[in-house]
Amino acid sequence: MRLTVNGTEHEVDVEPDMPLLWVLRDELNITGPKYGCGIAQCGACTVHVDGFAVRSCQLAIGDLQGDVTTIEGLGTPDNLHAVQEAWIEQQVAQCGYCQSGQIMQAADLLAANPTPSDEDIDAVMGGNLCRCGTYPRIRAAVHAAATKLQGA
Amino acid sequence: MASLGKIARRTFLIGSAAIAGGVAFGVYAARQPFPNPNLDDLSEGSASFNPWVIVDNERVTLIAPHADKGQGVFSTQAALIAEELDIELDQVEVSFGMPDQAYFNTAITEAAAGFPMYDHSPTAERVRGFLGGVAKLAIPMMATGGSSAMPDVYTKLREAGATARETLKLAASEESGVPVADLRTERGAVILPDGTELPYTALAARAATLAPVTDVALRDPSQWRMLGQPMDRIDIVQKSTGTLPYGIDFRTDDMRFATVKVNPRQGGAMNGYDASAAEAMPGVERIIEITGGVAVVANNTWRAIQAANAIEFDWGAAPYPADQAAHWEHLAGIFDDEHLNAEARVEGDVEAAAGEEITGEYRSPYIAHAPLEPLNATILVTEDRVDIWTGHQVQQFVEQVVAEITGHEVDNVHLHNQFMGGSFGHRLEFDFIRQAAEIAHQMRGTPVQMTYSREEDFVHDFPRHITMGRGVAKVLDGQVNALDVQIAGQSVMRSQMGRMGLSLPGPDTQLHEGAWDAPMFNLPNFRVRSYLTEALAPVSSWRAVGAGPNVFIFESLLDEAIHAAGADPLEERIRLMGHDVSVGVLEAVGDMCSWNGANIGEGRGRGVAYGFSFGVAVATVVEVTNTDGGIKLDHVWVAADVGRVLDPVNLENLAQGGTVFGLGHAINCEITYADGMAEQTNYHAHEGMRIWQCPPIEFRALENNPKIRGFGEPPIPPSAPALGNAIFAATGQRIREMPFNKHIAFV
Repeated sequence: MRLTVNGTEHEVDVEPDMPLLWVLRDELNITGPKYGCGIAQCGACTVHVDGFAVRSCQLAIGDLQGDVTTIEGLGTPDNLHAVQEAWIEQQVAQCGYCQSGQIMQAADLLAANPTPSDEDIDAVMGGNLCRCGTYPRIRAAVHAAATKLQGA
Repeated sequence: MASLGKIARRTFLIGSAAIAGGVAFGVYAARQPFPNPNLDDLSEGSASFNPWVIVDNERVTLIAPHADKGQGVFSTQAALIAEELDIELDQVEVSFGMPDQAYFNTAITEAAAGFPMYDHSPTAERVRGFLGGVAKLAIPMMATGGSSAMPDVYTKLREAGATARETLKLAASEESGVPVADLRTERGAVILPDGTELPYTALAARAATLAPVTDVALRDPSQWRMLGQPMDRIDIVQKSTGTLPYGIDFRTDDMRFATVKVNPRQGGAMNGYDASAAEAMPGVERIIEITGGVAVVANNTWRAIQAANAIEFDWGAAPYPADQAAHWEHLAGIFDDEHLNAEARVEGDVEAAAGEEITGEYRSPYIAHAPLEPLNATILVTEDRVDIWTGHQVQQFVEQVVAEITGHEVDNVHLHNQFMGGSFGHRLEFDFIRQAAEIAHQMRGTPVQMTYSREEDFVHDFPRHITMGRGVAKVLDGQVNALDVQIAGQSVMRSQMGRMGLSLPGPDTQLHEGAWDAPMFNLPNFRVRSYLTEALAPVSSWRAVGAGPNVFIFESLLDEAIHAAGADPLEERIRLMGHDVSVGVLEAVGDMCSWNGANIGEGRGRGVAYGFSFGVAVATVVEVTNTDGGIKLDHVWVAADVGRVLDPVNLENLAQGGTVFGLGHAINCEITYADGMAEQTNYHAHEGMRIWQCPPIEFRALENNPKIRGFGEPPIPPSAPALGNAIFAATGQRIREMPFNKHIAFV
């Protein structure tokens, strides 16, 4: 089976019902997307497929159509995406385990809605659980990222 | 705050002789009770001035041994050293180091004893004396818990930085011929009067030969350049780019992925199992029997979990009541002398006191820890040594537990502590370590990563203990005249320590923590009694431990009494409080929200609650509206006094996050048992707060507490009763049981 992740093509030998998350993590060692719940309740596994946020724990590799972008492909420490810059400036993370998924979801939100209100943020980010409770900073960071992207 | 500097210096003068390894230099290290572990593997030309600082000719490495589960101590520990060492955080490498007794926690016994400074009752003295004896006999323990990291390291890490700095200056003086008094330090270099910079790395070889410079005074906080200012956490870029490896992300060549299933009736037997279907599944390499269950080793975690789910088990009965109702019935029946844990606080005479009686019974349920990173551990067992990659709060015990299973000398067992995707107390436990070790022991030569499925993580949690409270309040002439609080619950400490092979005879102070130590010195009649049982489900420390349930019970009863008295909830609390630091946080939160009573309009209300835990006074106000769709949280204000703020941004984040954590669980989380098994197995049934429920949370930090305190746990306890009290103000409905959504709908 072939898939493209962060611009690189990979060949994996797995059964078609294996979720994309586990292809990424345990077959390709791309560990930015996290396992949290396995049932689309926490959003820690969120990646982009052709630019849209999906829960990679729910997408069987056999059903994958499109290129995959993970948090590692969104931006890097030396070349940050605007959402990542905002996350750093707002010092959002505590344990940080959910933040890969939060950032991928926020990037998708801002692509569709460049100037989201608090209500828009709450509606779209509601599926991403943060056990540490960083929600006030997540809201602030999404607004800050929106401003950055507007200015870009 | 001038007095704090003096206290810190006095502590230093005593501490410099007493703190293990804090001044351990060169040959002197051998004379210290705990030698500097860095000296064992130090390469030629490198210097390690104490267990926390290593300088070689390429880099400066700071050891930050306290575990980081999200609370940010990795950064703050490094900042404490760097402040005195005169180096910037982008110039150093920071490491958790390797477990060693040199890093034993000097503050955790204080936290575990849990005695407020002002309490000198006979009971307190008796228990304090007893616990002090235990601590003296016990092995000094390296551990992160009880919000004790900052009290533990506040002085010793600054000393570590200062002693290293002064020794490096001495080396520079010898090298340059310039007197030490004419040298200064900045950005990782000693600077000569002519401006020449001698980087610490260039001085390492000479410094390594020098005797220690012990007569160093710590800087007054007014001189700090880094501490007390907003700082970027040193893990923040990695945590924002998916590049920080947690334990679950550890990868190495030829590793295998495993998962386990043990009896979901906690502690029950495995009578039998049939793994024939699992054995034939893709990627499955081995099915291994472990204590109380079975492990599947595969070439992919998902395949291991799929196969484990295909095993048919015959599980034995649970060693506790099978159904939840029986747990509550049991608790209801232990309010008697036979089960008395302690008569923890007695002021005046609550029975003889005059006034109108208000009574209430309160319930706090079992709750799961459920950190977002499921428990996991990677272990490689070879002939000579064992390596463990996992995140854990009691580091040396991990090595001991694994050594017992693999048969290695404990000196040959090495824990590489990892960043944790949360813990909330779950990573104080050892089951997952033992299971991973049993697997790796049978897979010698192959590194195996054992990961719980989320479902296994839930059903095999040792949740927060259930607690039942009964209270009688008396109000007289518009004031609260008496509070008589009884708390029945499980001994978290006995349950948890029992699994570590340790015993805790005597009372468990956590059973009344947060209630008995409420510093309401102006309450003339006040009694707190606690009752203990060990007959229910096994439980563990859950963030804030006893204070979580107990502050809910205490502050709910108090609020009922204040409303019955017709007094103002904030003003009456301030009147009752004879403790300046606590008055300070109550006045601050009132100022922040422009408090003007609990009733703020039709269908709207405010609730205030106060909590004292881990030495920190916290006051929280919650504002709600009763809408057609249910209770909506509009705004929260929190004021707290940690004595000394080291990183204001991180502190605010902890205040907001801890409040979200406390509120979310109060609204919708409980673990209930049916047929001996936890009924909630994933986040859909134990959700916590989502972003759309999260109100704006404003925070103010005060610095009047005479001692620095940690803040990982203290924001939790007052949040639930503040919400319950706000709901009462908005609706007239008093909710005496968590989770609140059993009684009222939320937006």
